[in-house]
Amino acid sequence: METVIRTKDLTKRFGDFVAVDKITFEVQKGEIFGFLGANGAGKTTAMRMLCGLSRPTSGEAMVAGIDVYHKPEDIKKNIGYMSQKFSLYEDLTVLENIKFYAGIYGLTDKQIKDKSDELVEKLGLQSQAKVLVKLLPLGWRQKLAFSVAIVHEPKVVFLDEPTGGVDPSTRKQFWDMIYDASERGITIFVTTHYLDEAEYCDRICIMVDGKIKALDTPFQLKQNFKADNITEVFYQLARTAKRGDD
Amino acid sequence: MKQFFSFIRKEFSHVFRDRKTLLMLFGVPVVQIVLFGFALTNEIKNSNIVIVDNAKDMASQQIITKLASTQYFKINKALLSSSQIDDAFKSGDIKLAIVFPENFYNDLLHTNKAQIQIIADASDPNTGNTLTNYVTSVVADYQAQLNATIKAPEQINLDTRMLYNPDLKGAPNFVPGVIAMVMLLVCVMMTSISIVREKELGTMEVLLVSPFKPIYVILAKAVPYLVLSLINLTVILLLSYFALDLPIRGSLILLYAESILYIVTCLALGLLVSTGAKSQYGAMTISLVGMMLPTLMLSGYMFPIENMPLVLRILSNIVPAKWFYIIIKDVMLKGLDITYIWKETLILFGMAMFFLMLSLRNFKTRLE
Repeated sequence: METVIRTKDLTKRFGDFVAVDKITFEVQKGEIFGFLGANGAGKTTAMRMLCGLSRPTSGEAMVAGIDVYHKPEDIKKNIGYMSQKFSLYEDLTVLENIKFYAGIYGLTDKQIKDKSDELVEKLGLQSQAKVLVKLLPLGWRQKLAFSVAIVHEPKVVFLDEPTGGVDPSTRKQFWDMIYDASERGITIFVTTHYLDEAEYCDRICIMVDGKIKALDTPFQLKQNFKADNITEVFYQLARTAKRGDD
Repeated sequence: MKQFFSFIRKEFSHVFRDRKTLLMLFGVPVVQIVLFGFALTNEIKNSNIVIVDNAKDMASQQIITKLASTQYFKINKALLSSSQIDDAFKSGDIKLAIVFPENFYNDLLHTNKAQIQIIADASDPNTGNTLTNYVTSVVADYQAQLNATIKAPEQINLDTRMLYNPDLKGAPNFVPGVIAMVMLLVCVMMTSISIVREKELGTMEVLLVSPFKPIYVILAKAVPYLVLSLINLTVILLLSYFALDLPIRGSLILLYAESILYIVTCLALGLLVSTGAKSQYGAMTISLVGMMLPTLMLSGYMFPIENMPLVLRILSNIVPAKWFYIIIKDVMLKGLDITYIWKETLILFGMAMFFLMLSLRNFKTRLE
């Protein structure tokens, strides 16, 4: 197995506040890695460090075989990112959004054309390719945002709470897309606070107060904590939290 | 480079999709030019003035005839005492009084110095100022004629401010003003809003995660607004040339070069605003109140700087539009070349560099 993300004692401080406290984990190629935690537990900060948006205070981190300290720019070519706001341009059409993101990742004209045809077809948006994104239902936007985040076939894609505000059936469809990407060898790093969704991940990591409190497959976690579902596991751990919900 | 073009294409799509903003961008200058040019002109016609002719000699008569031949004044000739003049002002009957001293022509001939007293109603400073300027320019004209025929140089105390605007048209002064304002509007407000919008939408994060460098994000944001500003400038110049018969006396290349310098300054300011603003609404407020208002007040376009209190006069020096307004007036109206305006150009250049450095530094620290 190829290790795609590896961290050792990764830490981020803001003044006296330790947002992320010495986290150590590894993620394998093609894995769907869930990152769980209450608001303020430090999951977004951890993810931002891995994306190169934020510089770690100490510790080691490697993404797609590249060190985050030395060559953060090289990491950028190998990762995709989807924010919780779905991050599409609402006043551009579906096709224009795809072409823009493909464009800034430096795909060639032919690649851009092939890719946008392929995506539009796969999403079933042929009739809506020239429709402004703001007119699309939220579920479609979400799928489009994900497709756009992996348009350049990155090694890892980071999804920051990607299913907020979307109804359960659409969420199910969205997870089908995630499985599909994972089978193509794209590693998925996803943060969520929908605990039922955590069951879909290959492995989950639960963060409390900036530290990793549990890291295993959903099945193993439930066994260890003698719980029926991940929600129970999470609340057992979350109860120990000292930080407030901020 | 290809990535860069994808970005610029996207920026243009934003601009062209947003019909309302586009209408504002191109509608506002056109409306301003037309309004100022035809309706709201600060030319003042048929104002009631009174002339107190204590001299009643050839020179005073000639000047009065000249004044009467313009369309600006309705002249009442009267011999009033100073208290009567006071009353006339108070009742609002007259806007301006001109007093010729006794022996006016004599003084002019023999001492080579003569004085005319001009009293203006300054409760409306603009009107007062404009009327005074009209009178001075008529007197200056008379003096020029006089000196052409008589050898000895004769002086009538006067102000030569209207020298470059002999037709006394209002248009020349506001066209450069409109140019300065519109560019500020496009570059500061539009640029800051478009950057802040990316932050609000969360797309800025996605851009920062992409291999596209932050500095290119800024450049790609700037290019469309630079282009739009230049188009706007061209529209304004064409409009003032064809609709207002305002000639462009100086070099067009110099005019555009100076405009680009000013645009860069404004773009840097826009970027600076975007680093400080958290929402599009905030960006707009800062641009309007923090940038537009001081520019409107202190650039010299609406209110003459020389009439301001010292504090404001000093403060006006940090307004880039003030320098641009001087430059563009010199180039457009006086037809001067770079040797006359290099100081102002240098100041503007310094400002551009300063704001650019400052905003780039702020932009970078904000990313962390």
